[in-house]
Amino acid sequence: MIRELTVLSGKGGTGKTSITAALGSFAKNAIFTDCDVDAADLHLLFNPDILETHAFEGGTKAEIDPDACIGCGICQDACRFDAIKRTDHGWFEIDSLHCEGCRLCERLCPESAIFSIRSMNNQWFVSDTRFGPLVHARMGPGEENSGKLVTTVREKAREIARSKNYNIIINDGPPGIGCPVIASLAGIHKILLVAESSESGYHDLLRIIELISKYDVDIFGIINKFDVNAGISERIVSILQSNNIKITGKIPFDKKFVEAMVQGKTISEYAPGSAIVKVIRNTWEMISS
Amino acid sequence: MSFKITVASGKGGTGKTTVATNLYWSLVKNFDNDTLLVDCDVEEPDDLLFFKNAILRSEVKVTQAVPEINTSKCTYCRKCVEYCEYNAITVIPPVQYASIAPDLCHSCGACLYACQDDALIEKDHEIGLMSGYDVGFGKGLLEGRLKIGSAAQTPVIRRVKKEALDAASVILFDAPPGTSCSVVTSVLDADFVIMVTEPTPFGLHDLKIAVELIREMDLPFGVVINKAGLGDRAVYDYLEDEGIDILEEIPFNEEYARKFSEGMILSRIDKNYAIHYQKIIRKILEFKQQ
Amino acid sequence: MKTIITANGSDVNATLDPRFGRCEFFCILDEETGETEFIENKAKLQSSAAGTTAAETVIEQGVKKVISGDFGPKAKSLLDRFGIQMVILKDEGQIIANVINSITGK
Repeated sequence: MIRELTVLSGKGGTGKTSITAALGSFAKNAIFTDCDVDAADLHLLFNPDILETHAFEGGTKAEIDPDACIGCGICQDACRFDAIKRTDHGWFEIDSLHCEGCRLCERLCPESAIFSIRSMNNQWFVSDTRFGPLVHARMGPGEENSGKLVTTVREKAREIARSKNYNIIINDGPPGIGCPVIASLAGIHKILLVAESSESGYHDLLRIIELISKYDVDIFGIINKFDVNAGISERIVSILQSNNIKITGKIPFDKKFVEAMVQGKTISEYAPGSAIVKVIRNTWEMISS
Repeated sequence: MSFKITVASGKGGTGKTTVATNLYWSLVKNFDNDTLLVDCDVEEPDDLLFFKNAILRSEVKVTQAVPEINTSKCTYCRKCVEYCEYNAITVIPPVQYASIAPDLCHSCGACLYACQDDALIEKDHEIGLMSGYDVGFGKGLLEGRLKIGSAAQTPVIRRVKKEALDAASVILFDAPPGTSCSVVTSVLDADFVIMVTEPTPFGLHDLKIAVELIREMDLPFGVVINKAGLGDRAVYDYLEDEGIDILEEIPFNEEYARKFSEGMILSRIDKNYAIHYQKIIRKILEFKQQ
Repeated sequence: MKTIITANGSDVNATLDPRFGRCEFFCILDEETGETEFIENKAKLQSSAAGTTAAETVIEQGVKKVISGDFGPKAKSLLDRFGIQMVILKDEGQIIANVINSITGK
């Protein structure tokens, strides 16, 4: 049976991607996805050979044909997103940054002057890497539908896992608790939380724990940069314990993570004998047992 | 008209919140007491943690209007299903089933136009909380906070921005990380955008996408390099090639990291650190006067 | 009683499609007569809520049982609501004809 692990953090910049990548050296027969589609960084450490490139249909945006518009204003009255502005000539135009592509204006326009254009500004890829296949994406700046792109990436990974008999899918999750995070949680079996010893890290950890408490999954926690604030680390340990989250280890602040990143390596490759990598190996052993 | 500054970053954890809160302090002390800080990172609103003496002044539920189907009036014609671009409506005529999924609904109102049977009524659905705080200096903090489990970040941000409209002469927005629609909503209409990055490969990669977005939106911006001294020079090379202004470099320092981790506004007690923010303000003012 | 099996193609030589919401075809089997009918899954290319729309089709067809490889949470709760039994087959690549034989006992 295929198992799925998603690595999450709530707060951004806790080391989620560096730790996900470091698991690559220990996970055997694994396939990876990068679900942080609007700031995807895993490929910078995995150096993928892209095998397939696919376009992903984004949302639609309305446009008004200025020659057909009679300036009646029905569209502007109906639009709830303030996306329709009157021009100096008395006609109307769409402010595409506000438009959410509901197409109501298009349906109501008595002159059929409004049409919709679908954005094709997103791509997703299937790649080969030294750690196994990687399914990742590049979202066009400002695009909507990040949750749907996450779902697409994950579906492709499952398809590959099924047809090529991979037994674990490791998803590098997005930060936050919003729609792409929710999309990276559907149907998974295990979660690894990467916490960071700061007030913000603690606060954001509480929010992500509350979100995932509704899911029937095994939850693990690792504390990164634990020595930056030992007092907060203590609080993180107790909150993890009281939520029955298995603590896999603590990692000190170490510039080696950045040095490894600059060289395009994972910490497991850059400093294989280090204490940090022992913690990561232990994390993997706990998660995979 | 307010002067609106938005602090954004592609990558998370570059120090966006640190910069926003310290800049708020410096703006209030050195430029204009009538400055409001607005936390638009509604998934993880952390600005409040930097104000230990904050006093809650107002609290409003943020709601989204989601229609409900009155099955005694519904004729199961499926016209609303056809109008809904977000696949939020399920109608199964043979079993007389009709319902709307609030998590997929964008509250566009299209289904209300579709229904000829008066079977749809909009009901308020809670998606978050908007809170105003006195923080002891300046105009205070306005915070948006997404309800856990809701996927409606953008409507919460929109609501908070509406509240902030012309509420102070300077408004400082703290945007969420990334480059998706919630960032667009936060950055929209800014007079100046500060992008916070770190000199690492991840920082650079995500900065490039964020720059692409801000350029597409045609907004003036500059970059603050936080944690300078970590990583490599690639960010500097990129900024030079692209002709992008570096507003300021803030060096990495383990002692700073410890203070920030406690939620401390370091500019309040450390003059050397405060200078970075005075320089950022000077650069923004130069831009404003142009 | 009618049963739906998610299929990769439109005849009994096709294999079981493991994706419920985004399967290619639904094979509708009449368990009494052994007759089959294949209908295309209109939800397969839908950008969101494919599982819900696929469940809609299943409910409209009046079947009592669905056989697939995986069901999403929304499809699951809708099918549950109408008392439709969900059977998950883990054995990928099974030919539809064999699945039918194991149901009808032939």
